[in-house]
Amino acid sequence: MKIVIVGCGRVGASVAEAYDRNGHDVIVLDHSTAAFDRLATSFAGQAIRGDGTDEDVLRRAGAEGADVFIALTEGDNRNVMAAQLATEALGVGRVIAKINDPVRANAYAELGVATLCRTGLMMDAIDGFLGLPSSGLPGMLAPTGHHDGPAHAGGSATTSAATASGSIATQEV
Amino acid sequence: MFVLVVGGGKVGYYLAKELIESGHEVALMEKDPSRARQIADEIGSIVIAHDGCEGKYLAEAGCNRADVVAAVTGDDEDNLVICQMAKHHFDVPRTIARVNNPKNESLFRHLGVDELISPTRMILGSIEQDIPVHELLHLATLGEGELELIEAHLQAGSPAIGRAPKDLSIPEGCSLFAVIRDGVATPLRPDTVMLEGDKIIAIGKQECQGLLHEQLIGDPEEVVTG
Repeated sequence: MKIVIVGCGRVGASVAEAYDRNGHDVIVLDHSTAAFDRLATSFAGQAIRGDGTDEDVLRRAGAEGADVFIALTEGDNRNVMAAQLATEALGVGRVIAKINDPVRANAYAELGVATLCRTGLMMDAIDGFLGLPSSGLPGMLAPTGHHDGPAHAGGSATTSAATASGSIATQEV
Repeated sequence: MFVLVVGGGKVGYYLAKELIESGHEVALMEKDPSRARQIADEIGSIVIAHDGCEGKYLAEAGCNRADVVAAVTGDDEDNLVICQMAKHHFDVPRTIARVNNPKNESLFRHLGVDELISPTRMILGSIEQDIPVHELLHLATLGEGELELIEAHLQAGSPAIGRAPKDLSIPEGCSLFAVIRDGVATPLRPDTVMLEGDKIIAIGKQECQGLLHEQLIGDPEEVVTG
């Protein structure tokens, strides 16, 4: 699969490396070249310096028509915007955005973006470790709708992305 | 009307101030606490010192009863998210976003932002509008500022080429008085035939510029679209 990752922080770099190792075609973007130091020398994908919320930059990086797009920068809003560009302008099928604010995470799932919320993921993990029932804040949300604009391909495909990961399988939604 | 302004930079500050002066109810969100305090000192306790992108604080600021939300921070992605949250999560009837990168306009519109204000686009538009007029080069202002000294560079397509001033309908209060050809300036007589590449020096009132443009450069409409 062609996988685009925006943000080469600890999480972004780990995800990029893992998918690269598993034989996927990985493109990772960050606005700082220093961020790419986190990637192992064995990383065979592309590391591209640029702003992941700029449509031109994403196109030049080859994000158009990617199978998966994951926005993992430190900024919730940057992730939201990059993800929506990927869905609306670049025709990417499965788009995931890290959104740490639970309210925004919920709202964007309703607008058609699969969202990852660190607050929720951690609460899930703590609940799981303590053997307590889930506190009700989901760590990952599959898109439940889409915005009023023209239809896009995100919908059902992203639902399977949400259930594919092990950490989410334990979660009761 | 209740207007929620997000972003306490220069734009947000003056916007809130003007809105209050026109009698509207205003809340301003600014996440930098010291900037928020400074604004509150100047225009009163309408400032919420929290991040307007965060759902919780938007709710606290009364976003769900806002008639208008204006997102005027310096970051496009923040303005997009503020408007989308207002629109889809809080059912605000009218959202306005400041857009810095003109390329983001279509995406924002597509994603449901009601109104876009792009300072970049506005300045760009204003500059582009001026380009055709550049063929009439403004040299100096004379008298009380009513008269202007203008140079017109005759290029292919100019209706003046091959004609003399007496054949043109020169606007009243305006006179063509010299021609610069091959670097030499000579008086322009009523029967001097004008050639491509000539620079015609004219003097006239500001209002004459449109007509003069039509006569020496060509139809202004054609120039604008071309």
